[in-house]
Amino acid sequence: MSDQKTNSIAFVADGTIPPSPPPAGETGPVKWLRENLFSNAVNSALTIAALLVIYVILSKTLPWLLNGVWTTNSLAECREVLQGKTGACFSVLTERWNQLLYGFKYPGDQYWRPNLALVLLLVAIAPVLFFDLPRKLLAFTAIYPFLAFWLIWGGTILAPIVALLGFAAGAFVFQTYGKSSFAIGFFGAIVAAFAVWLIGGALIPDGASDNAMLQAVPSRDLGGFMLNLMLGVTCVSLSLPLGIALALGRQSDMPLIKWICVVFIEFVRGVPLITLLFVASVMLAYFFPPESTVDLFLRVVIMITMFSAAYIAEVIRGGLAALPKGQYEAADSLGLDYPQAMRLIILPQALKISIPGIVNVAVGLFKDTTLVSVISMFDLVGMIRGPILASTEWNGVYWELLGFAALLFFVVCYGISQYSQWLERRLATDHR
Amino acid sequence: MSELMSDRQIDRSKMQVSDEVAIEINGMNKWYGSFHVLRDINLTVNQGERIVIAGPSGSGKSTLIRCLNALEEHQQGKIVVDGTELSNDLKNIDKIRSEVGMVFQHFNLFPHLTILENCTLAPIWVRKTPKKEAEERAMHFLEKVKIPEQAHKYPGMLSGGQQQRVAIARSLCMMPRIMLFDEPTSALDPEMIKEVLDTMIELAEEGMTMLCVTHEMGFARQVANRVIFMDAGQIVEQNEPEEFFNNPKSDRTKLFLSQILGH
Ligand SMILES: Nc1ncnc2c1ncn2[C@@H]1O[C@H](COP(=O)(O)OP(=O)(O)OP(=O)(O)O)[C@@H](O)[C@H]1O
Ligand SMILES: [Mg+2]
Repeated sequence: MSDQKTNSIAFVADGTIPPSPPPAGETGPVKWLRENLFSNAVNSALTIAALLVIYVILSKTLPWLLNGVWTTNSLAECREVLQGKTGACFSVLTERWNQLLYGFKYPGDQYWRPNLALVLLLVAIAPVLFFDLPRKLLAFTAIYPFLAFWLIWGGTILAPIVALLGFAAGAFVFQTYGKSSFAIGFFGAIVAAFAVWLIGGALIPDGASDNAMLQAVPSRDLGGFMLNLMLGVTCVSLSLPLGIALALGRQSDMPLIKWICVVFIEFVRGVPLITLLFVASVMLAYFFPPESTVDLFLRVVIMITMFSAAYIAEVIRGGLAALPKGQYEAADSLGLDYPQAMRLIILPQALKISIPGIVNVAVGLFKDTTLVSVISMFDLVGMIRGPILASTEWNGVYWELLGFAALLFFVVCYGISQYSQWLERRLATDHR
Repeated sequence: MSELMSDRQIDRSKMQVSDEVAIEINGMNKWYGSFHVLRDINLTVNQGERIVIAGPSGSGKSTLIRCLNALEEHQQGKIVVDGTELSNDLKNIDKIRSEVGMVFQHFNLFPHLTILENCTLAPIWVRKTPKKEAEERAMHFLEKVKIPEQAHKYPGMLSGGQQQRVAIARSLCMMPRIMLFDEPTSALDPEMIKEVLDTMIELAEEGMTMLCVTHEMGFARQVANRVIFMDAGQIVEQNEPEEFFNNPKSDRTKLFLSQILGH
């Protein structure tokens, strides 16, 4: 092999042929087009058909979008401006902007409160979503729910403080007694929290909310996309832990716990969400003491949370079942107790497997918050169907309004989906 | 197979069996439903003993050693491990499990944690060892099993033999008094078996009490001080390796030996 150069052999070239450029049409975009869009007859036909479809869609929608009118005060004025040409009447969005976002009863000079709550939400949620951030930020996440409650509902600051103290008392009891016996710690924590809430609630004077720093806004005055976001965030963050608890309960060795979880999951999954919401709006009040007018928002949150928790529980159960038995045995054989084994070994892996399913439920839940419009809550869809479309000015502006609603939901849901894909990549440690 | 470790001179200076009892099993029986897996097992293991458990597939070897750290519960009889009786009391079970290390056929490393985290997890959470100390100890044992450079990788990036050595290091980090091995080399390619067996030999040389279920008869000959033969849920025969291999008493043992040694 090595002495080919010295002995010249007839069939061995003694020089290198200089590289020549590939024939025109074989490089760059032309090559790409040929390989990807026109590689054979069927492919070419499909490409042309697709181009036609795109053309038809754009030729109808683009003029509508580009001719859109943004500044009139009613549909009739839009028609005048357009004079028969196609064009959207986006004025409804600008004119009813605040109603679409906040509902029609939230006091206009207080919009900064939900806005601030939204900004703070991003701060609070960041360390949960991106766990590379410093863990100290979680302290803010822990107080955020109470802060947000106070910002949005206003009224006396004593209410969220009592709520916070109740949780703190529960956590303290659990920390001190949960180590020796989980059950004592758990139920003790619940008792402690309720004790603080009852005593604290009784101590808050009656008129505390009347001259509060932030004007009190009752739940029925909440509305618009803000209501959807509030329901979505609250219910997702509550139903995830509840779903985990249900999934673990369903696997429990204790028959009572197991059957409670099974019955709950099967019942809630077997019922349409809308019936649960009707139950929330008319019937659930019977379960609470008569004089305590439990807030409609709270009742709806309970129902949606139960509903999605049942689904999340089943998703997580799938994740748990996918783990090899050896993981449980290894955790046991190292002497980890049940809560440690679950928290450190089993759940991190099971949840990782369950991410796509959980995100599916979360996205579905968020969109299902629009169902509250049928129990006369004025969320984004409720606002559109009710006050806006029913008004004389905007009667008949369907495409613009519903398109806008779709766009808002799409942005949020697409964001969730992108996050979950990032999370899956970030957590991919098993290079199997 | 018996040739596998002929190149290794075994240092027996620290391999001493003490009078202290490590494990005592008395009249133990176990059923799976109506299937009687373990029948009337009596066994005493002293501190420092190296016991190899052999027997045909399905004879109950795994079940026996899994009973010793309560991965399986027994229905009858008494098991005392390191002075603590195995009962339904969860406290006792957790105590025994933290004193008894276990190595599985399929390694069972935690795939979502790095090698180092695999090794420090139990010391930190069960023994409440400070993190730094736990990491130092983990590195010490990873060096002993000769893979300190892999400490920050994930288990999925390691070969089978490396994973099994990590699994051994992970158990050692709990400073166990007794180690249980359930066919630690059965899932490995031949060239990796040796590295794992070498690790186990080193462990034996340091005087660890070991119970190994294994088909590696070379290991049994060189390291064990007692070989136990099980069949159909019973201990059929137990003896020193020389006697066991050269003068098996029961016909069942003879048949098994002729099959496994392939003469
Ligand atoms: N969870 C279980 N439920 C019912 N039967 C079981 C269970 N686990 C094992 N067995 C049965 O118990 C018997 C003993 O099983 P064991 O795993 O202890 O055998 P082994 O000696 O370790 O075999 P091998 O060499 O194949 O690992 C087998 O017949 C097996 O089928
Ligand atoms: Mg086995």
